[in-house]
Amino acid sequence: MPHAEPWLERAPLLLRDAVNALLPAPARWWVDSFLDIAVLLGVFGLLFAFLTLAERKVLGRIQNRPGPNRAGWGGVLQPFADGIKMLTKEDIVPRLADPILHFAAPVALVAFSLMSFAVIPYGRHLLALDMDSGVLYFFAAGASSELAVFMAGWSGRNKYSLLAAMRALAQLISYELPLLLSFVPVVMISGSLSPSAIVTAQGGWHLGFIPRWNVLTPWGFAGFAIFMVASLAESNRSPFDLPEAESELIAGHLTEYSGFKYALFFMAEYFGMCALGGMAVTLFLGGWQAPCAFLGFIPSYAWFGAKLLALLLGFIWIRATLPRLRIDQLTRFAWKFLVPLALVNLVTVGFWHLSASWSRGFDPLRWAIAIALVVIPFVAMGRRLSAGLGPRTYRFAAQ
Amino acid sequence: MLGTGLIKGLMVTAKNLAGSFHDPERLVTTEYPEQRTVLPQNYRNFPFLVTENAEDPMGTLRCVACQICEKECPPQCIYIEKSKDKKADAAGKMQIYPAVFDIDISVCMSCQICVEVCPFDAIKMDQVFEIATADRFTGLLLDRGQLSKPNSYFHQIHPTDAAEVDGRLAAERKAAAEKAKAAAAAAAAKAAASTASAPSPVKAPPPVSAPPPATAVPAIPPPVSPPPPPSPPPQP
Amino acid sequence: MIEASTDALLPSPGSRVRPVRDPFHGDLLEVSMGPHHPSTHGVFRMVATLDGETIVRLKPVFGYLHRNHEKLGESTTYLASMPYTDRLDYLCSMTNNWAYALAVERLIGQPVPERAEYVRVILAELTRLLNHTCLAGFLLQDCGASGTPLMYAFREREKILDLFESLSGSRMMCNYQRFGGCRVDPGAHWLAAASRVTEGYGRFLDEFEALLTGNEIMMARTQGVGPLSAKLAVAAGVTGPMLRAAGVAYDIRKVDGYGIYPRFNFRVPLGEHGDTYDRYMLRILEMRESIPILRQALAEIPAGPIMDPKARLRGLRPKAGESYGRIEGPKGEIGFYLVSDGTPNPYRYRVRPPSLINLTILEDLCLGRTIADAVIILGSVDIVLGEVDR
Repeated sequence: MPHAEPWLERAPLLLRDAVNALLPAPARWWVDSFLDIAVLLGVFGLLFAFLTLAERKVLGRIQNRPGPNRAGWGGVLQPFADGIKMLTKEDIVPRLADPILHFAAPVALVAFSLMSFAVIPYGRHLLALDMDSGVLYFFAAGASSELAVFMAGWSGRNKYSLLAAMRALAQLISYELPLLLSFVPVVMISGSLSPSAIVTAQGGWHLGFIPRWNVLTPWGFAGFAIFMVASLAESNRSPFDLPEAESELIAGHLTEYSGFKYALFFMAEYFGMCALGGMAVTLFLGGWQAPCAFLGFIPSYAWFGAKLLALLLGFIWIRATLPRLRIDQLTRFAWKFLVPLALVNLVTVGFWHLSASWSRGFDPLRWAIAIALVVIPFVAMGRRLSAGLGPRTYRFAAQ
Repeated sequence: MLGTGLIKGLMVTAKNLAGSFHDPERLVTTEYPEQRTVLPQNYRNFPFLVTENAEDPMGTLRCVACQICEKECPPQCIYIEKSKDKKADAAGKMQIYPAVFDIDISVCMSCQICVEVCPFDAIKMDQVFEIATADRFTGLLLDRGQLSKPNSYFHQIHPTDAAEVDGRLAAERKAAAEKAKAAAAAAAAKAAASTASAPSPVKAPPPVSAPPPATAVPAIPPPVSPPPPPSPPPQP
Repeated sequence: MIEASTDALLPSPGSRVRPVRDPFHGDLLEVSMGPHHPSTHGVFRMVATLDGETIVRLKPVFGYLHRNHEKLGESTTYLASMPYTDRLDYLCSMTNNWAYALAVERLIGQPVPERAEYVRVILAELTRLLNHTCLAGFLLQDCGASGTPLMYAFREREKILDLFESLSGSRMMCNYQRFGGCRVDPGAHWLAAASRVTEGYGRFLDEFEALLTGNEIMMARTQGVGPLSAKLAVAAGVTGPMLRAAGVAYDIRKVDGYGIYPRFNFRVPLGEHGDTYDRYMLRILEMRESIPILRQALAEIPAGPIMDPKARLRGLRPKAGESYGRIEGPKGEIGFYLVSDGTPNPYRYRVRPPSLINLTILEDLCLGRTIADAVIILGSVDIVLGEVDR
């Protein structure tokens, strides 16, 4: 198969080989690793820069205003202007703050979120580290980022930061569980914890045109939805941005940060968003696979990028629309809704796996049962969750 | 079902996102320094003094330093000193003029009360709002030279008001001139009659030189001198 | 869950603050929210004592924007106070003007021509639309909706502000009403523009409600949060939409029938729970009721003078006496109490500020709730600090 690939698909490999050819053999391993890191940093660093711009532009458009459009043509230089501004601002450390933790928190946060990038397969040949248990590694790295948020909240000696730190911990504990439970079905079906194996398992097409992505099955859709909600919470994005909660806690754990440390927090937030989005693409959206066979000429990393951008746009769209939950509602939503749904989803995927050997004639029945296993718990638990809430009718005073 | 409200909301924002590209109602920003909205005629920000003649702004100020605006100004941002001498106004009448007329526009709150109380249409509201200055004390304390702007400028920014004011002033001046003429004629006739009926060694007063002062004042609403006479409230 | 764990913290009848039951013997946390907190709607400060995130004590601190409004009113003439009333509740200068003009007109017995009465109704209802739109936007912003509803609210508010600007010359500090009428005649062109805005408003409200009224998060955040009982509301002198959200049918437009309001046919919506959601919905419903009032007023407005020809602009010296002019402002009963001793300045000039009086129950609404709730309860009270502090 490799010989049939278009050159664009192999372009990154060719580039790497070209660099390697210039170097003596013992240095190659080091250079390879260094190249991986440099490319990841470069690509996602630029993506971060333009994602901030895209977020501000899309938010602006949604809010009937053009968004930043003064720096450069249509505002394309805005991220760099922001960067220069952040770098040149005074870095204030409160007198009573814990200076070491105060410094370490943003650094650790960025480091943890960068670690996640190692195991995501960005293309057919683009994977920094092919671990057998890559998915586990990914979530371990992601979970540590909340520790950095707690460090940030604790070190500033600010009451709002402290409240934010406590919220961050509560949120972490609540949402780590549905996040992990939501990808277990994928592991059950593909039989592997390796991201590249999971992507390969989603290759091919049903009936020749429906891609065999996990999201296009009932359990996969449920898992995807739970994963996306939980990853919104994991990356502290609206409507789960409680640690930051501008209207309540001023800036939460960021209250005592300024200058480039503040920018690092944002960098980490966007990195985390990209990493979780990338993992969602890998686990549920077929990774780098093209949706149709005839679109296979487009290189795989472009498909990955397109899917990732679509998810990120969704994140932005949700942020522009939804209000924030309260902390008790947030944890209740996780424990009483997402976790049970994720557990039921395990049953669904078990059924799906066992019924794979049914003859083709039973396919409609198989789908119906699986869909019922997803929809009925959703509706029932949704009713319970929103009991007592609902639109009201109002009376008018007698004339 | 749980989530329908969320989806409805998402649809609204999506509609606005799409609408911002084709519907001016959904992209309402005016990008200010390049684009400007047309100010309505009634727009006001800070007062200016109307002069009749742009060539000689200080000589033709309509203001007669009656100090009503100074007294009525709610934040007390107007400072006026009357002149010691008199100058002829546009109607040819000798009037006191403001030797000093300062407005501290850092204090002014653009309420337009000075304009409303002015019986001479001498002070009007300007529409220039780009007056930021790095000097907050003297830069925002405008003297009568900086405040005065010609009547043609008033026509430019408030055409309807200016036409109405000009028409009224012209009518008043005409009426005043006619009244003065009639008074002068009456005085002359009276003087002639008195000289004719009672010739005496006493020298008759000069017929035209001193018309009664009351008739010479233009027939505009007389300035109510502070404090005003107590008046019973009109009953409805 | 907050509801279960804080029952013991709710105030008992008679005492405003109860001792804290703290199972962990932990310390309480005192947080100063404001005066530069992002959601205190100005320079307002709440000293909140927290047990975890639960509020056990909340002391509102205000006065940061105090500028001696009432004393200023006593040391200037009647006319000179008019522009200062714009600056009380700076979102609703038209209704402030009206209430003050009403008080002075009653003091001096000044009639108002028919056309001016209609214009006043039109402007008051436009102000109601403007204020409630802003409030809904700010409230949803406080819920954390990242500016989108606020921007939509401001987009519509701009249209009304444009109307105000083209009529009075200023967008917010209108200074438009005078004793015995209004300053400028609106003219047919302006009335047509006002009609257009009125007709478009229903569409905007539909879209705005689709955005967030039915939203589950919004309902979860606001329903059952900060309920205000009718008893407490009446006892504290709460007025306006807050009082009606608590279920008390009291609208000064109906009770007093000032101006020409008895000629208009409109309904007064009432809430049942008195919680934040009711307060939000009441404002939406009031806006929907304002639209027919505007439509009727714009259709029926007669020709004629806008100012009473006998009205005096300056040099007022009312006979010794007193008067109180109150109207149903968007935030509640805005009233001006004047005592004249026969001099050109009022002897006593007193404002009844709805924002301040509605704010007095803030602690009662917030006890036992979380910080996040306190923010939206404050948002639903609808205050403007210019009026609270005067």
